[in-house]
This record gives sequence, C-alpha cells and structure tokens, in this order.
Amino acid sequence: MSQHETLQKDLESIRNLMERSVKFLSLSGLSGILAGVYALVGSGLAYGVLYGQKTPFDYHDPAAKEIGITVKLMAIALVVLILSLATGYWLSSKKAKRLNANIWDTTSKRFIINLTIPLIAGGAFILISLMNGYYGIAAPACLIFYGLALINASPNVVEEVRYLGYCEIIVGLIAASFPALGLYLWATGFGVLHIIYGTMMYKRYDR
Amino acid sequence: MKNPFDNLDRILEHRLRLQIVSVLVANDSYDFNSLKELLDATDGNLATHLKALEREKYISVYKSFVERKPNTRYKITERGRSAFKKHLDAMEELIRHQRK
Repeated sequence: MSQHETLQKDLESIRNLMERSVKFLSLSGLSGILAGVYALVGSGLAYGVLYGQKTPFDYHDPAAKEIGITVKLMAIALVVLILSLATGYWLSSKKAKRLNANIWDTTSKRFIINLTIPLIAGGAFILISLMNGYYGIAAPACLIFYGLALINASPNVVEEVRYLGYCEIIVGLIAASFPALGLYLWATGFGVLHIIYGTMMYKRYDR
Repeated sequence: MKNPFDNLDRILEHRLRLQIVSVLVANDSYDFNSLKELLDATDGNLATHLKALEREKYISVYKSFVERKPNTRYKITERGRSAFKKHLDAMEELIRHQRK
C-alpha cells in the first residue's frame, strides 16, 4: 500500500472514530414511527376522555370531574411514554447488535442523560402547574420541553434530531397561542412529527 | 524545500495513538473500558500507548472509583489538541502534495 493510501485510510478512520465516539448511532428510526403511532392512539383515547361519553351519573362535583379527567389523561400520557421507551430500547438494541455495537456504551449513556435532564425539569414543571390548576399549560409545555430535550441531546445522535427538536418547539408555541387546540397540536407534535421523522431516519439509516 | 514529512508528529504516527487522540479531541473525556471497546484494542496495548501519550503530556489521566471499582478517565490536553491539529494538517498537506 502506498504512503498516499495509508494517509487517506488514516484520515478516514479518524473521521469515522470521532463520529462513532460521540454519537449513539444505534437509535432506531422504526421506533420513532411506532412512538408516533402510540401518541396518535393515545390522543384518540384522550379525545374520548375529554369530549366523549357523558354518563348521567358521572361526576356531579365539577372539581372532582376535573381531577378525574386529569388523572385519566396523565395515565394515557404515561402509558404512551413507557411504550415508546420500551420500543425504542428494544429496536435500538436490535440495531446495535446488527451494527456490532453495544447498546449500553458511553454515547448512549450521554444521550440519555442529556435527554432526561430537560424532560425531568419539564415533567416536574407540568405536574406543579397541574396541581395549581393551570391545565392549559400541559400540552404546550410537553412539546416545548421535549423539543429542548432533543436539542440538548442532539450532539450525541444523528444530526436530524436537532431539527425534530426545533419543530417540536414551534408546535409547542403554537399550542400555547391556541389553548383550545392543545390536544390536536399534542397529537401533531408527538404523533405526526415522530412518524415523519422516524420514516426519514428509517429510510436513511436503518436499511 | 522543507520536506512535508517533517511536519508529521512522531508520537501520532502510530495508528492506535492517533485513534486515541482523535476520540479524546471529540469528547470531553473517555474512560479506559469504553476506549478499549471502541478501538477494539487489548488491555496491554491500549495501556502502553496511553502511557506514552501521558508521558508526552498529550493527555491527562483522572483516576476515581465508581461503585468501588477503579475508573480511569482520559482527557486531551491543550498540547495534545494542537499536536493533533498540526498532524492532521500535515497529513492533508501530504495528500495534496502527492496528488499533484
């Protein structure tokens, strides 16, 4: 091998290493699509809870009714979150195996830490707001904090996650401007955007 | 004329050392086991070259305990960062030279 080829190869290996050492590349695109589907199903259920069946013996006390609805909505959101995380973990570990990488390495740990910090802050903020009766804040705050979390974690994954983050923030701000559309915009941000993003990632990196 | 090969860094001409330094340039810090996994190196080989880089003050070493297990983390120094940059520039220069 000529000196020239050796140098080329060295440079290539450096570029590749620098990327692999920073970025968690096993994150599955397919899991993004499924997370979007769960979010859409969850939004449908939430729609039912909010505007659906009115039984005659339902809550007579409006405060109790509000609390009942809030608890149901939170339960739906929690199930969507847990299903999405579980699917993400499952499909990413499959992809890691295929890439001959370890799902639990420095890059995935950094990705999760950077993602989780804004999410925990947002989750606490939303809970506190709900306890104080600011129900309208929940949908926009979910979207905005999630967008910030994605941007914060984006150095540790593929570039495109940063743009998903920007989009989530924009949808969140629109949701804040039109509180009546909160649920629809929540479905847009977590459902539609995830499906679009996941499809792009799946086509670009998973196959 | 000056020989462009002279600009290459002697220490970084070794493949594994160059790889270690490029990982550390891209990250705040990296620990021994993650480096080993990423670079697919043996304990002994990796340790030897880390020692060499440490001796040149290209990297700094931080030892601590995580869950009672010793954990060694490495960081790039300013000296190491500029040596890496110079070495890359020299490599690019050489490639350009040979293309002509």
